[in-house]
Amino acid sequence: MPDTIVSIRNVTKAFPGGVTAVDNVSLDIAQNEFFALLGPSGCGKTTLLRMISGLETPTSGQIIIGGEDMALTPPNRRPTNMVFQSYAVFPHMTVEQNVAYGLKVTGVPADETARRVAEALEMVKLTALAARKPDQMSGGQRQRVALARALVKRPKVLLLDEPLSALDAKLRDDMRMELTRLQETVGITFIIVTHDQDEALSMASRIAVMDKGAVQQVATPAELYEHPRNRFVADFIGKVNLIEARVLRQIGRKLDCEARGLGRLELVNDGLVGAQIAVAVRPEKLKISETEPGAGIRVRGKVSALAYYGDTSHVVIETADGLNLSVNVQNDRRSGAGAMERGQSVWAHWAPEDSIVLTE
Amino acid sequence: MAAQLKPGQGPLDYGSRTWLKLLFAAIFFVLYAPIVTLVAFSFNTDKRGVVWRGFTFDNYTKAWNNDALIEALTNSLVIAFIATIFATILGALAALLLWRFRFPFKGAYEGFMALPIVIPEICMGVALLLFFVSAGMMEFSVHMPWPLNLGNIIFAHVTFCFPFVAVVVRSRLVGFNRQLEEASKDLGASEWQTFWSIIVPYMKPGLIAGALLAFTLSLDDFVITFFTSGPETVTFPVKVYSLVRRGVSPEINAASTVLIVITVIATVIAMKLQAPPKSDRG
Amino acid sequence: MESWKQNPRVFWTLGVPPSVWLLLFFIIPLGFLFVMSFSDKAVIDGQVSITDYDYLTGFGNYIRSMDPLYLGIMWKSVWISALATALCLVLAYPVAFGICFAAERRKPLLLLLVVLPFWINLLIRTYALIAVFRTQGYVNKILGVVGLGPYEMLYNNFAVIFGLVYVYMPFMVLPLYATIERLDKSFLEASLDLGASQFQTFLRVTVPLTMPGIVSGIILVFIPCLGSFLTPDLLGGANALMIGNVIERQFKAANDWPFGSALSFLLMYATFGALALRYLFSLRSKGVDV
Ligand SMILES: Nc1ncnc2c1ncn2[C@@H]1O[C@H](COP(=O)(O)OP(=O)(O)OP(=O)(O)O)[C@@H](O)[C@H]1O
Ligand SMILES: [Mg+2]
Repeated sequence: MPDTIVSIRNVTKAFPGGVTAVDNVSLDIAQNEFFALLGPSGCGKTTLLRMISGLETPTSGQIIIGGEDMALTPPNRRPTNMVFQSYAVFPHMTVEQNVAYGLKVTGVPADETARRVAEALEMVKLTALAARKPDQMSGGQRQRVALARALVKRPKVLLLDEPLSALDAKLRDDMRMELTRLQETVGITFIIVTHDQDEALSMASRIAVMDKGAVQQVATPAELYEHPRNRFVADFIGKVNLIEARVLRQIGRKLDCEARGLGRLELVNDGLVGAQIAVAVRPEKLKISETEPGAGIRVRGKVSALAYYGDTSHVVIETADGLNLSVNVQNDRRSGAGAMERGQSVWAHWAPEDSIVLTE
Repeated sequence: MAAQLKPGQGPLDYGSRTWLKLLFAAIFFVLYAPIVTLVAFSFNTDKRGVVWRGFTFDNYTKAWNNDALIEALTNSLVIAFIATIFATILGALAALLLWRFRFPFKGAYEGFMALPIVIPEICMGVALLLFFVSAGMMEFSVHMPWPLNLGNIIFAHVTFCFPFVAVVVRSRLVGFNRQLEEASKDLGASEWQTFWSIIVPYMKPGLIAGALLAFTLSLDDFVITFFTSGPETVTFPVKVYSLVRRGVSPEINAASTVLIVITVIATVIAMKLQAPPKSDRG
Repeated sequence: MESWKQNPRVFWTLGVPPSVWLLLFFIIPLGFLFVMSFSDKAVIDGQVSITDYDYLTGFGNYIRSMDPLYLGIMWKSVWISALATALCLVLAYPVAFGICFAAERRKPLLLLLVVLPFWINLLIRTYALIAVFRTQGYVNKILGVVGLGPYEMLYNNFAVIFGLVYVYMPFMVLPLYATIERLDKSFLEASLDLGASQFQTFLRVTVPLTMPGIVSGIILVFIPCLGSFLTPDLLGGANALMIGNVIERQFKAANDWPFGSALSFLLMYATFGALALRYLFSLRSKGVDV
């Protein structure tokens, strides 16, 4: 891995009143990475980000940025800048003054300030609006002011707290691309907080999935999706069918198990597992056929729900044991899932290697 | 403004900064030390109130037996009581009017309603003095038996109290869900029945808070009373004023302490009522 | 809200009593005062009458109030009030700020502590100050222990200013508290994050964004200070006269009501001027409503 820029070591934050927002988190974030902190609401993402920026102090643990321990460094001395969730664009200053603020207060000479502000405004395409006050701007424009204001400082790390959550869907898509492009041009480490998995998957080079203050898994988007480490990650990233199973025997990498609704299965897994596991399988890995398929894991059931989305259809199949399986069917032919109807008896099946064995 | 953070202290945790705590302590000390001293010295045996000599209730007994002082206190309480009733009714009417109706020149009307709150007390005092004298009401009240001779003062007090009541009641009414009123009328209640059974109960905390405010304002008023009272009608603050001009005495401390206790109790009740439990939103 | 025409009976029932009262005991008295300010004491048989007046004789009283003596007093009233207001602001800002950032459960108590003195009779509070600051008072006693004094701390401008600050501080704390409490704290965090020191943040972000509260507080303190009568009367003695004392004197000892009326109106105009300034300010800062 390239040089580490932010190193978080055993950081815990307990708020007075007993909430442990961040619980013994350790993370290493590399130079030039686009790193995402992903997790459900209240899992401590914002708190972790604010501790990196210095706006919150850890109860215990260390935060090291660029090789320096930040314990005693106040936010105004840290090489980080933040794009706030509410943008916090100063309402009493024009766009230009907002962007110049961070340079002015740190004594950057006036001519250099002017040059860098112009550059930053150019970068976020706001040159034309330089003299506007924030209350005359749209949410997306304000967000770009916040971005320019932080980038003009040339921080080592840019922190973004749910930067897209206040924008409408169309603008959000544009800004995703915009942010990725910017990150590539400026070559600054971005740490972005989000609870939207699509956002994290599409933008980040690496993602830390958090739950209840703890990091569940740190991996690239593809790895997270294909090899989730536990039930929480599998369930949180994308859709998944989780089937509880009992392990009867383990011989080498081979598992002989008894799964609810499926009966006896043979699965493959590295490492030793306990007696109880979950078998996870993504809806798009499942296939449906009207006749019994010749190979793979298969089960018979009734179509209990059907939703048509144009390019795909979403089918729920209920087995005789009450197991519900979600299946995504590609409507690559005119007939597609349209030919199916509720109550129809079908087979669901998938390749054994598409099953993910989850032990936690 | 420390450049460095203490471990565990966030940059916006101003509440835990030592310099701010010291400033708070200093300001509260300066704010309360004179009042505490005043109360403490009401129990002092020393005549001139200079040093602490011993604990006693004598000053209270003396104040109690000082007929002029007691008369002034009685006057003050009677005035405050009557003025509160009038001010609460008038204030509530004004609040309802402004809350319910749109009418021409409403802005100007509201401005006039707020005038007694904003103009200097002394201007209102002299204006009323001039009015009462010119209208012969000053002359008239002198020959009236007690408590009718307090009439002028009561008129004056109602005038500066009721706009305050209007403000308090109106802010309470803002939270009222007008659908309740519509529902009541829809169910067949008349305007009058709706008013008494729906709106008045909702206004009640505001009315009580407004009444307590009027009561304390009236009890406290010195300047306006000073100008509108005749020689025979002395209120407690006016009496204290004339005593204070002559110097400090433990008797005044005792009487003041009684007044402080009355107002603090009224205030605390009013505050309790103004912060009603969240569940009673309409 | 409905139009008054929809229900005129209710409208008049609600509207008449308070309006008539206000007219009778407020507007008309002010009208009397206004007329009186343009009048003169009647001269009957070469004798200046005490009770009769020649009404609407002209601007004589206003011209007289431009006498350097009265101009001096007005100017003094203004600067004493301004200084007291400034001191209130300087002291109240950190107090309001501190309350906003105090632990949630302590806030009500701190606010109560700030406003409680305001409910205690003004006269009693002033009296309490006299007792503490007089030559035999506690402050001089304590100074005596370290070998200083006794000083005459009452009956001068200092005492008046101190008294005004003491009495009107809560008026400053409350509007400041309300605006700081509503201020989005992420503006302060953004400023710190962009490299500004705490002090720079305070000057460039906190103060401009809480300006509406500052202006409200200034007006709320300045107006009663300017019109104060009791505080300069009791704490100031003869050499700390303010405009309120001169008015009182005209209506009581000097018995020159027309002149007193003119001075009262000048005081009211000053008050309205201050209110108009605030209104103008509120228009200007409409966009920065935080
Ligand atoms: N200042 C605070 N005092 C007490 N508890 C806090 C404070 N700030 C956050 N918390 C608590 O800490 C936990 C984590 O909060 P945090 O804001 O980090 O969540 P988040 O992951 O950013 O959630 P969201 O997606 O909703 O923004 C929450 O339970 C929250 O209630
Ligand atoms: Mg958050």
